[in-house]
Amino acid sequence: MSPTVVSASWLPAAVATAEGGEGGFQTPGVANFWWPVVPFDGTGPWVLTRPALVLLISVGLLAWFYLGATRKLSVVPTKSQFLVEGSYNFVRNTIGRDIIGSKDFLQFVPLLMTLFTLILVNNVFGIVPFIQFPTMSRLGIPLVLTVIVYITYHTVAIRRKHGVLPYFKSLVPPGLPGWLKPILFALEFLTYFVIRPLTLALRLFGNMLAGHLMLLVFILGGEYLLLHGDNLFLNASGVLSFVFSIAMTFFELLIEFLQAFIFTLLAALYISDAVSEHH
Amino acid sequence: MLTASVVAAEETGFPSGFPLLPHPAEMIIGIIAFGILYWLYKTKVVPRLEELYEERAAAIEGGMQQAEVAQAEARAALEQYTAQLAEARAEANSIRESAREQGAQIVAEMRAQAQAEASRITESAKRQVEAERQQAVVQLRQEVGTLSTALASKIVGESLEDEVRQKGIVDRFLAELEAGEVRPEKVAPAGQDA
Repeated sequence: MSPTVVSASWLPAAVATAEGGEGGFQTPGVANFWWPVVPFDGTGPWVLTRPALVLLISVGLLAWFYLGATRKLSVVPTKSQFLVEGSYNFVRNTIGRDIIGSKDFLQFVPLLMTLFTLILVNNVFGIVPFIQFPTMSRLGIPLVLTVIVYITYHTVAIRRKHGVLPYFKSLVPPGLPGWLKPILFALEFLTYFVIRPLTLALRLFGNMLAGHLMLLVFILGGEYLLLHGDNLFLNASGVLSFVFSIAMTFFELLIEFLQAFIFTLLAALYISDAVSEHH
Repeated sequence: MLTASVVAAEETGFPSGFPLLPHPAEMIIGIIAFGILYWLYKTKVVPRLEELYEERAAAIEGGMQQAEVAQAEARAALEQYTAQLAEARAEANSIRESAREQGAQIVAEMRAQAQAEASRITESAKRQVEAERQQAVVQLRQEVGTLSTALASKIVGESLEDEVRQKGIVDRFLAELEAGEVRPEKVAPAGQDA
């Protein structure tokens, strides 16, 4: 059995009630990602939800792994150290040094490392059996990460350009005709202060939500076809749908890694923009 | 169908009106989770790994220095060997040269010696031949004397038997012969006539 098939039995409450009430197929939607844990009825603003729980578990796992593996480091790496160094090298050199530049990158490595490992593990949790929840499919969590990146790159930029006004001035490249300056300033301002954070958060969130939703559609739809299909053809389609969901799961793995990489890469890119002298 | 889902969602606290509304509790936990992990990475993981990198770089650098020293040593040894080889070659050359000279000298000496020997042998042979000739001359002189005396006594009779006269005649004849006074042409026709 594929890990994703297991999630079919974990039908969210909304779908289960709908099916029980009218017997028609309830398309999975955003509501399926709402999983209150404590209290279980989910009333009130302070609810511990399943993604929050998964997020905390991921932090625990990452802390255990990285602290454990780096406790005894040797010049000649062991197996677990090799894994740690591989991931660290990837973030440090490929993302950090190559994009931010060898002069300033080291101070941002912890931030990039946190973003990359946290997002990657939480994304992969979307297809790990029994956890099976992509944390980033809840908008609040990528939003928090984006806000952290947003604050970081603006703070760095303001510091590098010695103040808010010089920073705004640096948004417009020098040597432009006077009438073009306000237009370009508006465009650049929009890019730096609205579009970049918005796309950064929504890209990750959207990919994770859509990917998991697709799996839900295939699995719940397959289950419905198999159990409630009127004829053999519909039942067989249900099986086919399951098979396809397995293929989609592997595709999801790729997307999950890619999204973690892209988020970290773009964060590094925005920071490199901030540390550079001109704009 | 739709209403059922909305009702169900509202029962569980899902904001159906704003399905994408970020949940405050999740955001707070997100900040906490990020904060914990960031703090751990910044204070523990990254410094440890950076320290390791420095150590490794130092180790590699040390290794490289060692290799450089070894290389320099090897180069010095090679130079030494080359120098020694050149020296040995020069020495061999000089030895060969001197041997050649010596050889030539020996050959020349030998040649001179052989030449001397040859001339000595030639000389001694010549001398021997001369001595033999002398002896032969003396012997011949005696025999010719005897023969001619005998011949003459046969012709002239016993009168010439007298030894003293005989010796005197023969000696005189031979002396005349040596001096070239008696010409063989004169004797020969007489002999031929006889």
